Amino acid sequence: MRENKLQKDYIIDLKNISKTFDDAEVLKDINMYIRRNEFLTLLGPSGCGKTTLLRIIGGFEEASNGQVFFEGKDIASLPPYKRKINTVFQKYALFPHMNVEENIAFGLQIKKLEKSLIKKKVKEMLELVNLKGFEKRSVDSLSGGQQQRIAIARALVNEPEVLLLDEPLGALDLKLRKGMQLELKRIQQKIGITFIYVTHDQEEALTMSDTIAVMNEGKVQQIGTPVDIYNEPKNAFIADFIGESNILPGTMIKDYLVCFHQTDFECVDAGFGENAPIDVVVRPEDIQIVDKEKGMLKGKVESVTFKGVHYEMLITTGEYTWTVHSTAMSQVGQVVGMVITPADIHIMKRR
Amino acid sequence: MNRKSLAYPYLIWAAIFIVVPLLLIVYFSFFEGGQFTLQNYEKFLEDYYIKALFRSIQLALTSTIICLVAAYPLAMILSGKQMSNKQVILLLVVLPMWMNSLLRTYAWASLLENNGVINSMLQALQLPTIKFLYGNSAVVFGMVYNFFPFMVLPIYNVLCKIDHSIVEASYDLGADKVTTFRKVILPLSMPGVITGIVMVFMPALTTFLITRLLGGGKVMLIGNIIEEQFTRTRDLAFGSAVSMILMVIVLITLTFMSKKDSLDKGGGLF
Repeated sequence: MRENKLQKDYIIDLKNISKTFDDAEVLKDINMYIRRNEFLTLLGPSGCGKTTLLRIIGGFEEASNGQVFFEGKDIASLPPYKRKINTVFQKYALFPHMNVEENIAFGLQIKKLEKSLIKKKVKEMLELVNLKGFEKRSVDSLSGGQQQRIAIARALVNEPEVLLLDEPLGALDLKLRKGMQLELKRIQQKIGITFIYVTHDQEEALTMSDTIAVMNEGKVQQIGTPVDIYNEPKNAFIADFIGESNILPGTMIKDYLVCFHQTDFECVDAGFGENAPIDVVVRPEDIQIVDKEKGMLKGKVESVTFKGVHYEMLITTGEYTWTVHSTAMSQVGQVVGMVITPADIHIMKRR
Repeated sequence: MNRKSLAYPYLIWAAIFIVVPLLLIVYFSFFEGGQFTLQNYEKFLEDYYIKALFRSIQLALTSTIICLVAAYPLAMILSGKQMSNKQVILLLVVLPMWMNSLLRTYAWASLLENNGVINSMLQALQLPTIKFLYGNSAVVFGMVYNFFPFMVLPIYNVLCKIDHSIVEASYDLGADKVTTFRKVILPLSMPGVITGIVMVFMPALTTFLITRLLGGGKVMLIGNIIEEQFTRTRDLAFGSAVSMILMVIVLITLTFMSKKDSLDKGGGLF
């Protein structure tokens, strides 16, 4: 969990935000804060309200209820052009009637900066996004990845306090996307401002973020560092959404002892109470395959799929079919033993 | 049969009904009894005809400007997403186009006549009557009324196609509504504006029907002069020469407009 620091560290503070479109409740009482200079990702499946929340921060949508504080001031009634926030749109939204330089210079011209200064800043920005010398190119002569960089440059040149990014890499192919993820992280660290990033791609979120806010059905399910979210998912939805998981119902017998799959396991969690109903999460890569006599659980290999780095195996114990990732391959039909160490058992409160 | 040969019937049709008549007009205007002459064009330089030409251009320009000024805000309101009954309004704009324009202009003539419907009503209300008809303003009114939809539709279409996120990007970068309109929406809608201008200016420049019905023979435009040569005075040679002159003016305007259009990178008319 991230510790509550001083209030003045928050650049954006959302209080009781809710939003309804017609009759649909898209956001339900969102409370969260975003710290200065952090890379925060709003992660969730489509329709979870993450884009709406971003649009409320940007000023393109008004919250039905609640307040948006920016550096301590309520900005709910400020139009987007008065906010110290800039946005990189999903489809880049570059101005088609302007060339690269005019696109990037747009915000600066509105601020009526001196021409020579604008030219210098545009040049610096193009260098930052690795597109030196692209000033006079027309926008539609650029590839998707290049357009994306221009969109980022066009937003950053205004020196915003916060940059909003709405699934900016969604339209790019896998390889380019991976490259851009690192690039974005590099840019964020170099200029040191707050990034709020919306994505449905959990891997993207884990790669880039300082903090992830997992959203589902209009609510923030969990906020934490990528490691927290991955290792200590708060509920079954998160465990399932972030990476692959084996999720089983169980009972917390007492502190450090949990029963699931009709077997008692030692674990490292405490504080759930005695005989409390809980859900257990075990990540597929945390299960070790051993000889059948040595295993805590015994199961038959149902299928084996080669995934590149590892094999993905489905192993059934009769009661539950486990997903297991292992670099060593077992044969289909073989009976194997499985070992789960205490640290790899994650306990969640039953919802 | 390949695709190309499908075009032959049209080519033959075009040759017979477009190219040949055009060549005939050129011929008629330059040759008198087999002899080359410029006398028909010289005749056009008379004050009466030059005035008619300038009056035509002036009235066509006036009605184009009025159409543009009235149509742009309407198209903008209609293309906005908060508009709920825009289909109805759009239909109302387009509806008159489905009726014969002769009929509609006749209707206006009888409405606006000195003892027409409107003036009768004014009289019944003991108000002074207004002399609407037979002047430049009545002709301009007829042009605006007839060609207004041709200005609204192309502008509306172009405005609808502008991605809303581009407008949002402009707000995001610090532009208020006025600046966004000036720097983003207006330039992006130029192809529609140019198409609209061409679609209104051209028919307004060449009309003779509106002038006849609402101008009552008092306003002579270039279209009326051509019509007169072919129907009344039977001076085919002079009629052809005036047609040629009008055609050249139209061509120059089109070239100018299409050049402007391509500068604005619009997917325009030509």
